[in-house]
Amino acid sequence: MEIPYTSKPRPDTGIYNSKVGIWLFLASEVMLFGALFSSYILLRVGAGEGTWPHGLLSIPIGTFNTFVLITSSVTVVMGWAALQVGNFGRYKVYQAITILCALGFLGIKSFEYRDKFKHYEVWLKNPITVHQGGKAVLTDRLLGHIEYQGHHPYFWTTPRLAGSPEIKDKDGKVVKAAVAAVESFKFQPDPIHYTMTPKEMAHAKAEAKGHAHEVIEIKSSDVKRLSAFIPSHSTFFAIYFTLTALHGLHVLGGALVIFYIWGPGAKMWKTDPQRYMNRVEVSGLFWHFVDLVWIFLFPIIYLL
Amino acid sequence: MSDHSHSHSDAHGHSPEEVAKHKRVYIVVFLALLVGTVVTVALNYLHFDSKALTITIALFVATIKATLVACYFMHLISEKKTIYVLLGATVFFLLALMGLILSSYGGYPNGTVTH
Repeated sequence: MEIPYTSKPRPDTGIYNSKVGIWLFLASEVMLFGALFSSYILLRVGAGEGTWPHGLLSIPIGTFNTFVLITSSVTVVMGWAALQVGNFGRYKVYQAITILCALGFLGIKSFEYRDKFKHYEVWLKNPITVHQGGKAVLTDRLLGHIEYQGHHPYFWTTPRLAGSPEIKDKDGKVVKAAVAAVESFKFQPDPIHYTMTPKEMAHAKAEAKGHAHEVIEIKSSDVKRLSAFIPSHSTFFAIYFTLTALHGLHVLGGALVIFYIWGPGAKMWKTDPQRYMNRVEVSGLFWHFVDLVWIFLFPIIYLL
Repeated sequence: MSDHSHSHSDAHGHSPEEVAKHKRVYIVVFLALLVGTVVTVALNYLHFDSKALTITIALFVATIKATLVACYFMHLISEKKTIYVLLGATVFFLLALMGLILSSYGGYPNGTVTH
């Protein structure tokens, strides 16, 4: 059965059906992201004084990724415009750039994620003195990197320090090997903490430049809590990963569709050019929406 | 000018001249988006003392950027009525949704630790 009005506009609406379809879908997407954005605002304004982490994401990387996504959005419309005048070759080039930008965006994002998974906050039972921006500071909350047995471990949380016993199934087969308790570990503290004001943070970062990182030894018995920058670290990282991962999935999905239309689906340009252009336009509308979401995500998560 | 050379464009009602004009608009919007991003980031490095001012400026620029994308890249500046009606309903429900969520501000479940 043929789907009606995929190439010609429907007389009563004046537009082809797929366009109404994508806008209905985008309307549902607006509700999805709208709910999450509202949750973000609520969590943020409801957080206690000095508990909302800020300054932990790299602004230069986030800015660069914003440029990447904006570029991919303009290549989509330029590719579509090239098709309007029958220039298939130029369309192919523009959409190839779009797909490369999408991959670039996801690559950079996964690099950022990886960095967070091995970055830590340690809450100590008793304050110690560390050097922050050329000054000795007494504190019980440290940010930084863990070194344990020559590795920078990923995803550690407090229970990891106590280790875990061997787990066997009914037949006595070892399902999970025992993990030894951590007596102590090396810690390389950052010169900053999110309880500082943005100004203090900028100052501490500038002061720390050129100084060798100090490495301290922390006993597990002195640790009150420990967590990598993962969702269980804080409400901030929970909503950060929820929003950016959902957005990342949209980038991936959009890139796959654009790639299909650009590659294997391009045969349609010969058989039904109008319908093909409509497909490019509809996938483009989705892509611009993904860009639009990032336009709001970037400032609220990286800057504010 | 043969009819054949126009076969693709005529179907959609875009002449090559029109498309050329569109492309210029796309490039201008692209540059505006880049400038908007640079402005937002640059202002952020100034560290205003007023948190409200920082948030207002960042969201104001983001709204302008989003409007440019929606109007020109997504062609909402010249869309059919069906789409406008659909989006009008979306805006209504989005505001209702946000209102419902945000109206719970200040209400905590029993036993919530807020510090």
